[in-house]
Amino acid sequence: MGTGTRQQTAESVRTPTRAAVRIAGLVKTYPASGRRRHGPGLNLLRGAPRTTDVPGAAGVRACDGVTLDVREGEIFGLLGPNGAGKSTVVRQLTGLMRPDSGTVEVLGHDLVRHPERAARILAYLGQESAALDELTVALAAETTGRLRGLDASAARRERDDVLDELGLTALAGRPLRKLSGGQRRLACVASALVGERPLLVLDEPTTGMDPVARRAVWSALERRRAERGATVVLVTHNVMEAETVLDRVAVLDRGRVIACDTPGGLKAMVGGDVRLDLVWRDRAPLDVPQVAALAAHATVSGRRWTLRLAPEEARAAVDAVTAGRAFAALDDFSLATPSLEDVYLALGGSGEGLVKV
Amino acid sequence: MSTVASAQAQAAQAGRNGTGERAQSGDEPKRGGPAAPAATADAADAATAAATVAPAPLAPRARLWPALAAVYRAQLSRARVARIPLLFVATFQSLGIMVLMRGVVDGGAESRAVVAGSAVLVVAFVALNLLAQYFGRLRAGGGLDHYATLPVPAAAVVLGAAGAYASFTVPGVLVTAVAGGVLYQLPLSGLWVLVAVVPLAGAALAGLGAALGLLAPKPEIATLCGQLGMSAALLLGVLPGGHLPQPVGLLRDLLPSTYGVEALARGFQTRPDWGHAALDLGVCAAVGVVSLALATWAYRRAAVR
Ligand SMILES: Nc1ncnc2c1ncn2[C@@H]1O[C@H](COP(=O)(O)OP(=O)(O)OP(=O)(O)O)[C@@H](O)[C@H]1O
Ligand SMILES: [Mg+2]
Repeated sequence: MGTGTRQQTAESVRTPTRAAVRIAGLVKTYPASGRRRHGPGLNLLRGAPRTTDVPGAAGVRACDGVTLDVREGEIFGLLGPNGAGKSTVVRQLTGLMRPDSGTVEVLGHDLVRHPERAARILAYLGQESAALDELTVALAAETTGRLRGLDASAARRERDDVLDELGLTALAGRPLRKLSGGQRRLACVASALVGERPLLVLDEPTTGMDPVARRAVWSALERRRAERGATVVLVTHNVMEAETVLDRVAVLDRGRVIACDTPGGLKAMVGGDVRLDLVWRDRAPLDVPQVAALAAHATVSGRRWTLRLAPEEARAAVDAVTAGRAFAALDDFSLATPSLEDVYLALGGSGEGLVKV
Repeated sequence: MSTVASAQAQAAQAGRNGTGERAQSGDEPKRGGPAAPAATADAADAATAAATVAPAPLAPRARLWPALAAVYRAQLSRARVARIPLLFVATFQSLGIMVLMRGVVDGGAESRAVVAGSAVLVVAFVALNLLAQYFGRLRAGGGLDHYATLPVPAAAVVLGAAGAYASFTVPGVLVTAVAGGVLYQLPLSGLWVLVAVVPLAGAALAGLGAALGLLAPKPEIATLCGQLGMSAALLLGVLPGGHLPQPVGLLRDLLPSTYGVEALARGFQTRPDWGHAALDLGVCAAVGVVSLALATWAYRRAAVR
């Protein structure tokens, strides 16, 4: 698979491979009466019951013993539904938030003890970006470069390079506030990339972007890894992003890492199972015995049934639903090899909140 | 293909065990073949040990003045775009007050106080009120994270923003002072004192505004405090000090803008008492230093939560 070989070459450049990021036993509980930056409603809607998330209880344990190692030159992803604790992990990694317990080490620096060093070894793109809103795209990038310690001419040069790289040159003179959501996000990514850092920590960098912009971001990250050996830790909801650009993925659910592997390795965990999606025209013909048998294993959402089956079971199921009365009631069906979404389901996550493109 | 992937996965597993507490090593024999994984773990340990002895070099910090200049420039451009209508509001407010008071005060010290108070009110409106709103919103929206993850001194962010807001008030103050001087027939020759009054009163009020915005638990409260501060500057600055009841007079003495107002009022005298004006400005400067230090402290406090 592509990721494997690509990473091998990246690793052979630097020997020995060392850990860029080592997070161990990270625990963070938000106080119950604290300021809520994300309304509590989101989680209630998701319906994910959480023992520590009862209103009025001790607080939200957003990070519950997270341990991760990211190697130098790796593009590492955090995947998980809303409220899983991804941003909380990332904010502790960047020294913005002090963990209740646990250690964070970035390129040999203890960031729990020396959070002020974070700004000098990593670049961070937050999930929200209010600070730059009123600046023009060019000035946002240039100012960020200056504040990252570049001198005036270097900041201007890097600004021009990055805007060009991300296809933002035409928008350089426009204030961020007046851009579309995806354009604004791209401009924020540009600011994060000005001023070289060995570690890039990006919280949902591509959210809201169209495929062209997303690809521009991916190749910009890839280039920094290939040319400068940069390490990238990014948060994503996007299963396709996770499968195509990440060397390894940690799947987070309710503050815990429920799996961590290469996308290929994770998919191997669900074994040879394939995924069968059935969409019924109106409602499923449950009077057909084979359909009734399938119903027991299906995840139902509206007219759509999703089943994970061994290949021969899937073949039999397809035979059953593409004949007779079942077929008459069938609107559409698809058979696919497992994706990370299936991994997530197999691991027991709620599966909602993952965007599949 | 999957061999590469699973080998890496195994290495990752081994690496993680290496970092974990030694207490866990009791579980090791249970999992898989004893020889090979142990070797991998050793290799990973050796690699990570090498990492521990040589931490990566840190990039240089942004130095105070260049960083301050960059923040100042960015903030000024921002203010130019978004705040010009508000500067008009501030200026018209002050002009309106002077016209209103024209019939009430009867020349001399009182009219000087009205004009000086109205001019400094423009500074209070922008530096205190708008800056409190700005920092309140920035903090609530997570915007401080952006600065907190850049190697920039706290003072550069606060002073840059405060300076930009204060210098943004210059045209409004000038217009108000000149218009007031003409309206109340005051000598304009001493107006050069604005060169000192605007930055010093600006520093004091902007520092206060920034501190309010950064310390207020909610952005709405920051806005409210900013507006209250401005109202105080309006009432206590424009009304001549002599007629105020004792506690209000005390409050007036505590307000940093008061000393800017007094210095400017002296500038409107026919033969200004520059010695006293310098004293007033000295107090203003001292208050400015204190309030900017307070704002810098508030910024640090807000940035690391
Ligand atoms: N400031 C806060 N105060 C209290 N609880 C918080 C705070 N920030 C986050 N939480 C809670 O902590 C949990 C994890 O939040 P976090 O922001 O890390 O999730 P996330 O994985 O980044 O989600 P998303 O995909 O929506 O960005 C959630 O239950 C959230 O409600
Ligand atoms: Mg998040």
